[in-house]
Order: sequence, then C-alpha cells, then structure tokens
Amino acid sequence: MMMKNAPSRVEIHNEWDIVRARQSGRDYAKELGFGNVDQARIATAISELARNIYLYAKPGVITIEVIDDQGKKGLAITAKDDGPGINDLRQAMEDGYTTSGGLGAGLPGVKRLMDEFDILSEAGKGTKITARKYLR
Amino acid sequence: MRIPILKLYNYLLTTIQVELDDQTAIQFQDDLLKKIHETGALGVVIDLTSVEIIDSYIAKILGDVVNMSELLGAKVVLTGIRPAVALTLVDLGIGLKGVPTALDLEQGLEKLRQELGE
Repeated sequence: MMMKNAPSRVEIHNEWDIVRARQSGRDYAKELGFGNVDQARIATAISELARNIYLYAKPGVITIEVIDDQGKKGLAITAKDDGPGINDLRQAMEDGYTTSGGLGAGLPGVKRLMDEFDILSEAGKGTKITARKYLR
Repeated sequence: MRIPILKLYNYLLTTIQVELDDQTAIQFQDDLLKKIHETGALGVVIDLTSVEIIDSYIAKILGDVVNMSELLGAKVVLTGIRPAVALTLVDLGIGLKGVPTALDLEQGLEKLRQELGE
C-alpha cells in the first residue's frame, strides 16, 4: 500500500459520509501503526465529529493527516464547518449536554478519546475542531 | 442493507457483520421489533463480534432496541462486544448500563435460558 502522506479530505453531506470519514481514519491509523484500541478510538472520534457536522452544520469537511511533531508521530483530525457556530463552548464541553436528544457523548467524549483537542467557534461563522492522537 | 434475523425455537438470533451506518441500524431496529411481534419470541441475541466501531449514535440505537424489545416481552442480550469497542464506549462516557451482555453467542443463549427459567 502507498504510504499516506497526503491528507484525506471527506466532505460531510449525508450519513454515509460519516461512515466514509471514519473508515478513512481507521485506514490511516492502521497504516501508521496504531494498535487496535487506538484505531477504534480514532475512528469513533471521527464518527462523533462527522455526526456533529451532519446534525448541526452540514456541509462540512473532515480532514485526516499524518503529523510529525519533532519525531512524535500521530494523526490530526480536523472538523471544519461554516455552520451556526457553538453558542456556549463551555456548555458544549460538559458531559451529558445535548441539543439533539442524542446521548450527549459528543465533544467531551471526543476529547477523552484523543490526546489533544482544540476548538474554535464563532457564532454565525462556523466551527473548527482539531484533535490529535500520537503513537506511543 | 438488511441484517438477517433468524428464529430458533423461542429465540431470535442475529449477528451484525456489516459496518453499521445510521440507515442500516434504524432498519434493523424496525425489522427486529416486527419479527418479535410476528413470532412472539421471548429472547433475542444480538451478536456484535464483527462490529469494529460503536459510536454514541449506534450505542443509543442498540440501547433503544433493548428497551423496545422488552416492551414487547422479549429479553435481549448483546454478545461479542470487542475489547476495543468496550474501551471506546467507556471513554465516550457510555456504559450501556442495564443492558444485558455476554461474552459470546453460546453464553448469551445460556443467559437467556436462565432468565426465562427454561
């Protein structure tokens, strides 16, 4: 298989795109040498991020790329949309908070699945979330 | 895509061997409830051995299936949850509390038989 140096970019319009995004993430994670559990964590985090876009802010884009931070290798997942933005970031990061009647695992869950988590959101302009996981 | 549901005596058996997208999961929920209603099955085993990812949405659907089936009088056991999936669910903050589980199909059936006093 060709080494995946180029980032993968999956546009999120419908629910099948969620599956495509997480499959792509799993492929990257596997190829980079992540173990089974971390592969599942990464794929699940992508699924949650892609679903947020699908539910609240479609269309958006999930980008998966290999990172090498001074020898620390890993994957960076970016979820970007031009949706309504998140009104109250602190509330959105609370366990159990949901506006969709879902399980509310959403963002705090993603944060726990990954090593690093950054979120930028502006009302009316959109949201950009970057989550990273490093090889141990 | 449809997930096949097999009837065996008083039980329904189903094994999920595809990547679960939302549509397939919802269709499965519908099909299973119809099948319980048609057959009067008392127990259901849903085997997840081949499932590599359960996100919060799919977890919610599975939890709902268990509750809905119980309303129809059928006990459900989830079997074969992979270690990686279990770890991920806990990270997500989803314990699937109150949902009966067993290691594999055989133990799942055994659990149902005990619960139903057979």
